[in-house]
Amino acid sequence: MSPIDPLAPRGTVPAHEPVLTVSGLRKSFGANQVLKSIDLSVRQGEVLALIGPSGSGKTTVLRCLNGLETPDGGVVAFRGIRPVNFASPASKKQLASLRDQSAMVFQHYNLFPHKTVLENVIEGPVQVQKRPKAEAVREASSLLDRVGLADKKDQYPHELSGGQQQRVGIVRALALKPSLLLFDEPTSALDPELVGDVLHVIKELAEEGWTMALVTHELAFAREVASEVVFMDGGVVVERGHPDQVLRDPQEERTQQFVHRLLNPF
Amino acid sequence: MDIDWDLVAGSFWPLVQGGIRGTIPLSLASFFLGLVLALIVALMRLSGNKVISAIARGYVSVIRGTPLLVQLFVIFYGLPSIGVVIDPWPSAIIAFSLNVGGYAAEVIRAAILSVPKGQWEAGHTIGMSPVTTLRRIILPQAARVSVPPLSNTFISLVKDTSLASLILVTELFRQAQEIAAFSQEFMVLYVEAAVIYWVFCLILSSGQSQLEKRLDRYVAH
Repeated sequence: MSPIDPLAPRGTVPAHEPVLTVSGLRKSFGANQVLKSIDLSVRQGEVLALIGPSGSGKTTVLRCLNGLETPDGGVVAFRGIRPVNFASPASKKQLASLRDQSAMVFQHYNLFPHKTVLENVIEGPVQVQKRPKAEAVREASSLLDRVGLADKKDQYPHELSGGQQQRVGIVRALALKPSLLLFDEPTSALDPELVGDVLHVIKELAEEGWTMALVTHELAFAREVASEVVFMDGGVVVERGHPDQVLRDPQEERTQQFVHRLLNPF
Repeated sequence: MDIDWDLVAGSFWPLVQGGIRGTIPLSLASFFLGLVLALIVALMRLSGNKVISAIARGYVSVIRGTPLLVQLFVIFYGLPSIGVVIDPWPSAIIAFSLNVGGYAAEVIRAAILSVPKGQWEAGHTIGMSPVTTLRRIILPQAARVSVPPLSNTFISLVKDTSLASLILVTELFRQAQEIAAFSQEFMVLYVEAAVIYWVFCLILSSGQSQLEKRLDRYVAH
């Protein structure tokens, strides 16, 4: 991969160094304790797949990492910035530095409907990162080309299919060059025939060495791309390990039940 | 009834001039000041701070709960008795701006709330501050939603500026009153004034449609 490749992940850190370490992450909504004490780490170039029944807290983990929720406790440490300990209230500056490490791909895409595809992608690089517009446009065009949307860049999101919109969502996140890409059930809102295109793009990114954390119900996909699978239930990590182990030969009863139900829905 | 067409023709230009020199600038100035005020009040109402939001709610309540004519009279005829004397034009602009501010604040607030929460989250994830997200992501979408109700506010305002005739502002309707008093042709002059207001509002309505069409380019049909 050449260094000017816009799809190249940021940084020159050797593989297998943790990009992110989370310990004791806690979050409640009112009386409902959604995350009880979560420990995670993701190494450079790894794909972490979070699976589990709805309400297990897996989406909340991603949202806490990106600052869309503020944890009640625990430490979030991204490589290269000071760890943030949520035992005491974090400053705005700390939260922003944390947020800038990752970028979220949303279940419902959340593209900006009043901006064209290209404008969606360059909004962050130009408006927030203050990069030269010409450079941002060049990179964005190249990224859109890579996901097969070169001819759509002047269209508005509503003119695109769900699968195309989600690929724009992915490119919008990539354009920020985050150290960690977050995917929150990226194919759950898609028509079945459109799922493949999006998964294909995510798989390519994984092969190119992007570090990512992914919440998904697509177990077959998780087994193919993930470096580690984490099964959550009731706000705790029940089981974690290599995808083949967790998904084919789970040790915990709750994992066995969940995997069995997803593979045999009837 | 015989219509005095010479009077109609002769008074037409003075009335239109009253519109051009009075009604239109009064409406435009009050609307734009009122919109700025309304945006501030809408954001105050949406603020998490209870005191700030209560102040904004109180303001909207007073404006919507009292007649515009009374607001106008308080400012022009009432304030001088506590030593605050304001000329007719500024009085009218203040009263109409405050009025638009109250009504449009509710429109803008509803429009901001109508933008899905996911848009705020998308702004956040690409690194924007809440203020930047509001400015670049939320308000442009809220603007589209607000165009029809704000157009109604503006059209109402254009007609309501006729009340300024009662505080000595020379606008379209005051012109009509003066010519009517002089010629004693009340029916002719007031119907003529009504027609001119109506034409103004027709032009505004077509402007509204144009604006909606332009802003519709990114909305699915």
